[in-house]
Amino acid sequence: LNSVYLELHYVPWVSNVCITPTAVPRNYDPALHPFEVPREYTRALNATKLERVFAKPFLSSLDGHRDGVNCMAKHPKSLSTVLSGACDGEVKIWNLTKRQCIRTIQAHEGFVRGMCARFCGTSFFTVGDDKTVKQWKMESPEYGEEEEPIHTILGKTVYTGIDHHWKEAVFATCGHQVDIWDEQRTSPMCSLTWGFDSISSVKFNPIETYLLGSCASDRNIVLYDMRKSTPLKKVILNMRTNTLCWNPMEAFVFTAANEDYNLYTFDMRFLESPVTVHMDHVSAVLDVDYSPTGKEFVSASFDKSVRIFPVDKGHSREVYHTKRMQHVITVKWTSDNKYILCGSDEMNIRLWKANASEKLGVLAPREKAAMNYNQKLKEKFQYHPQIRRIAQHRHLPKSIFCQIKEQRIMREARRRKELNRRKHSKPGSMPFVSERKKHIVAVVK
Amino acid sequence: MAEDWLGVETAVSAEEDEGQEDGERRHQQLLEAVSSLSGRKRRKLAERTEASVQVSEFNVSCKGAGEKLVLSELLQPIRPKSTLSSVKKELTRVKQKKAVELPLSKEEAKRVVREAAYVRTSKDVGKWQQVVLQNRRAEQLVFPLKQEIATVVPLEQVASAWKARTPLEQEIFGLLHKTQQPITDPLLTPEETASLQAMSLEEARQRRAELQKARVVQSYYEAKARREKKIKSKKYHRVLKKSKRRKALKEFELLHKSDPEAALARLEELEQLRMQERMSLKHQNKGKWARSRAIMAKYDLEARKAMQEQLAKNKELMQKVRVELPEEEPGDVPEEDLTSVTVPTIPAGASGANPWMLGKPSGPAEEPEVQEGLGDVAVPGAAESKEEMEEEEEEVSEEEALLQGFAQKRHARQQRAGSPEGHGADEMEAVSELPGDSPIHAVCAEEPASLGIEQPPQAQEEILLSEQLRRARTMEDVEALASEERVEEQEKPAAARAEERVRQQEEGRAGDRRAKKPPAKKIISLQAVLAGKCQEVQCPSLPVVVEEEEGGIDQRGVITEAFAGDDVVADFRREKRKAEQAGKPQPVNLVLPGWGEWGGTGLKPSAKKIKRFLLKPPPAPPRKDQHLPHVIVSEQRNIHAAAHQVSELPFPFERHQQFEQSIRTPVGPTWNTQRAFQKLTAPRVVTRAGHIIQPISAEDVPDVATAAGSGAKPALEIVPKGREQPFGRPRKRAR
Repeated sequence: LNSVYLELHYVPWVSNVCITPTAVPRNYDPALHPFEVPREYTRALNATKLERVFAKPFLSSLDGHRDGVNCMAKHPKSLSTVLSGACDGEVKIWNLTKRQCIRTIQAHEGFVRGMCARFCGTSFFTVGDDKTVKQWKMESPEYGEEEEPIHTILGKTVYTGIDHHWKEAVFATCGHQVDIWDEQRTSPMCSLTWGFDSISSVKFNPIETYLLGSCASDRNIVLYDMRKSTPLKKVILNMRTNTLCWNPMEAFVFTAANEDYNLYTFDMRFLESPVTVHMDHVSAVLDVDYSPTGKEFVSASFDKSVRIFPVDKGHSREVYHTKRMQHVITVKWTSDNKYILCGSDEMNIRLWKANASEKLGVLAPREKAAMNYNQKLKEKFQYHPQIRRIAQHRHLPKSIFCQIKEQRIMREARRRKELNRRKHSKPGSMPFVSERKKHIVAVVK
Repeated sequence: MAEDWLGVETAVSAEEDEGQEDGERRHQQLLEAVSSLSGRKRRKLAERTEASVQVSEFNVSCKGAGEKLVLSELLQPIRPKSTLSSVKKELTRVKQKKAVELPLSKEEAKRVVREAAYVRTSKDVGKWQQVVLQNRRAEQLVFPLKQEIATVVPLEQVASAWKARTPLEQEIFGLLHKTQQPITDPLLTPEETASLQAMSLEEARQRRAELQKARVVQSYYEAKARREKKIKSKKYHRVLKKSKRRKALKEFELLHKSDPEAALARLEELEQLRMQERMSLKHQNKGKWARSRAIMAKYDLEARKAMQEQLAKNKELMQKVRVELPEEEPGDVPEEDLTSVTVPTIPAGASGANPWMLGKPSGPAEEPEVQEGLGDVAVPGAAESKEEMEEEEEEVSEEEALLQGFAQKRHARQQRAGSPEGHGADEMEAVSELPGDSPIHAVCAEEPASLGIEQPPQAQEEILLSEQLRRARTMEDVEALASEERVEEQEKPAAARAEERVRQQEEGRAGDRRAKKPPAKKIISLQAVLAGKCQEVQCPSLPVVVEEEEGGIDQRGVITEAFAGDDVVADFRREKRKAEQAGKPQPVNLVLPGWGEWGGTGLKPSAKKIKRFLLKPPPAPPRKDQHLPHVIVSEQRNIHAAAHQVSELPFPFERHQQFEQSIRTPVGPTWNTQRAFQKLTAPRVVTRAGHIIQPISAEDVPDVATAAGSGAKPALEIVPKGREQPFGRPRKRAR
C-alpha cells in the first residue's frame, strides 16, 4: 500500500492521470470502504429529500394582457423572446430575461385565434376573429412609424389556427378548411378538405416538413401531405381533440390533447390505436407542446394545472399549479429545454422551470458532478419504498384532488360493472378491450 | 404503277367478261392507253353512253354496283401476309368488346388517391425508424444535435457590400491596390498564402503542443529550482556546491582530453578568478564570521578547526600555484572554495586508473568501502594524490548519499503530511525498526552532523537499508518475508496490524529468533494482546520508540484494568450459542394425556404415545454463521429494515438477482475512480444553456437517406453503442 501511495504521489503530472492540485490520491480498496449499498441508499434518500425541498418551479408571472391569453408563439432564433395573443385581439412581445413586455400591437378585432413566427424569426403571422391573416415585422417600428402589418389577407371565413412551414415561405391556416398559402400571394395555394366541420388546429411536421396534422370539431384528426395536396388518413376519437403537436425528434410521432381529459400519442403509421394514453388531468386538455429534446411534453388543461409527461409514460411526472392560475389555455416549452410558459384565462403568462428542483445559473464542475451523482442515485434507488414515497409526493389544490378522487371512484365503478357483466354473460361475448383501443372510434382511409 | 394498273385490269376482266360493251370498253381503253403513251397526258372525260341506276357524279363508273362488299376481302392482299392476320384478329376482338365502364365516383377516386398517398408517406416517414430507436436506446444524448462551429464571415463578403466613396477612402483603396493588398478575392496576400502552405494545420498543432510541453517542463524546472533555493539547510547547500564543483571538474577533465586548447583557455579564466580571489580580502579571517570564530576558538574545538581551515585556505590562495605539478596540491579541500584550485592537478591518467573515478559511487555494493574511507577523511593533510583522489571520490559518494538522504527525508515528510494518521504510525514503525544503535542515527538524520567527521551516508541509508540489516540471514529468506509481510499488511485491518508490529519488535529484540512467523489463524484474543504489550513496555534499548508505544499501551492498560471482570469473548460465545439454540426448530408436542389410557395426577403418558405424537421438525438449514465464530447472523426479518426494502420485483427486471446486482454496484466516487465515476453518472440528456435545440433533420443523421432505400432493414437491429456517444456527434466528426 505504501509503495502504491508513493508512486501515486510522485506522478501527479503523468498525462493520463488527471489529478487536480487539491485532489488527494485515493485508495479504492473495497475493504476500506464497506457498506456501499447502505451508504449510497442514505445518500439517495437525502438527495431525494433535497430535491423535494428545492422543488420550486414557479419563476415569474408576465402580466399586462387585458384579456385571457389565447395563444403563444416561440421566437425561432431568440430564446429570450416570446409572443402572446389575447382574447381582445392584442398581441404582446415579451422579453423573458427582463420579464417585460417590449411591444404591444392591437392586431385584430376579437380574439387572436392563432399565431406563429416565421422560421427565420424576422416576422410573425396572426389570425383573428375578424377573418384576416396578418403578417407583422418582429422588430418594433421606428420612431414615427406606424404599427402596421406587412401584409393583410382578408378571408371569407374565420381562421382558427395558423402554423408556418419549418423551412419554406409557406404557411397553413385552418378554419373551415386547411389552406396552404404562399407568403407572396393573397389566395391560398391549395385548400384541403375532408368533411365539413371547423378545424381547430393545424400543425406542420418539423422533420418531414411536407406533413401536416389537423384536428376538427367532428372529433377527428386528419393528416395531410402538402406535396400531393391530399389528405392521408383520418382517425375519429371518442371526443374532440383540441390541439396536436409533433415530436421534434421522432418524425412519425404526434400527441393529441383531447377533451376527454387524456392525451394520446400516435404513431402516424399505425393510427388504429395510440402508442400511449396519457391520463392524469381531470378536465379537458387544451394545449400540448413537446420539449425540444422530444423526451417529454407539457400539457395545459382546463383544470387549472399544467402537467409534464414523459413521452413513453402513461402518467405525468410533474404537476404545476398556483392559487391564482385559472384555466390554462396555451402552453409552450422553450427551445433550450429549460423553461415552460403557460398562458391562462386570468390574463397572465407564467414562467416555470421545466425541472422543478434545478438550480439555475452556472454550476461549478463539482456542483455539476454532485448533481449528476444525485440524479443517478435517485434513479438507482427509485424502487425503494421510502424514496419512491418522497419522490412522488406532490401538492395539489383541493379541487383537483377531489376531482381525482371522484374520478377514481367512477373508474372503479365502471370497471366493476364491466367485470360483473362479463361474469354474467356468455364467455367470449364480452371481449376485453384495451385502454388504448377504447378511445378510438374509427380510422377512415 | 402502270403494271399494277394493268394487273388490276386483268383481274377485273377475268371476273366479269360478258357482252359487247365489254369489248367496246376494252377498245376504248386501249385507245386511251395508246394515246397516253404518246407523252402528253390528256385526260379525257368519260362519256356516259347508257342509262344506269346509279349515277356517280365523280365520273366513276358504276360497274359492279350492287354487289356486297366484304370487309375482310378488302384487306385481303394479293398474296396472304402474316402481319395483316394479327390486325384482323384484333378487329374481330374489337367487335366482340362491350361498352366501357363508367368512371369512379368522385369520393371513391379521392379515397384511392388518399390511400396511395398514405402508403407512400408512411414509407417515407418510416426511414426515421432506425434513428428513433437508436435515440431512444442511447445512453446519452447531447443537444443541440448540430454542434455549431463558430464561422468567421469572410472579409470579402463584408467588403464587397461596401464601396469607397469619399476621396480619402478612394486614396486608401488606391494605396491598397498599389501594394497588392487583397480587397476581395483572394483574401490573403501571396506571402501569407505561402506561409500558410509552408505549415499545415497539423504541423502547427504539433508545434504548439511541443511549445506547450516545453513551457510546462520549464515551469516544473523553475518550481523545482525555487523549492531547492528555499531549503535552509546549510549542509545541503554545501553539499550541493561541492557536487557542482565535482561536476565542473569532470567536465574540465573531459574538455582537457577532447580539446586541449579550449581547456587551456578555460584554465586561463580560472587563473584570472584565482587572482581576483587573491586580491580580495576574503579568507583573511577579517569577516564578521571569522572574528566571531576567533572568539569562540578558545572554547570550541570546532570553531578552531573552521578557523584553521580558513587560514589554510588563505595560505593556499596566496600561493602561486604551478599548474604542471599535481603534487603541490594542499591536502585539505576547503569547502567554500571556488572551482579553481583542484582543477589542474588531476592527471588524465589517474582518473583512468582509479576505479573510483568511474561509475556511480552511491551504489549499495560499494558501501563498505565508503564507510572505510570515511575513517580516512578525518585524517587531514594526507599528501598523496592517489589517496586524495580516493578521498574525493568518497566525498562524492557522500554527497550523493547526502542528497539522496535529503530527498528521502523530504519524501517522508510529504508522505506524513499527506496522511497524518495512517502513515504516521508506519513512519514511526520504520524508525523503530532500526537495529541496536538506531537512536543515535535517528538524531543524526534529524540534524546535520556538525562534527568534523561526516557520517551522513550511514545515517541516511540506514532508513532504506534497515530491513536488510535486520534480516541478514539469507537473501531469499528476506525477500520472501518482505513480500509476505506486504501481503499480510494489506489484508489485515488496522487493529490487527498494531498487534503484529508489537510482535515484530519483540522478535527484533530477541535477535536470534526467527524473524518470520506464520500469521496466526485463530482469532486474536484482546487480552492476550494486551498482556503482550505490557511486557513490551519495559524495553530499555528503544527509548524513542518505547516512549511512543508507552502512551498507547498505557491507555490500553487502563482500559484492561477498568474492564478486568468482563470476559467479552466468552460472553459473545455464550450469546451466539443461545442464538443458535433459539434458531433451531422446536419439536411439536401433540401428546394429550388421558386419551386412550388412564389419566389423573401423577400419571405420565406412555413412552410409546410420546414417541408417536412428538413431531420432530426437519433439521434447519445450516446457519450462515456456522463458519464465522465471531459473527452472529440473524436470519429473521427486521421490520425496521423492511421499511426500506423493496417488496416486489420492479418492472424492467425479470429476476431478483438482476435487481440486486443493479443495486449492489456502487456508483459513487468513494468506490470508483474519478473517470469511472464520471462515466457511471453521465446524465441521459445533456443540453447546453442558452442554446436553441432545433428539431432533428436529415442533415444531422446522414444515414436517413440510405435507410430510406432499404426499408427491409430489421427494426430491432442492435447497434453496438460505443462509449455512450450520441449518434449525432461522432458521425459528424467523422465527416
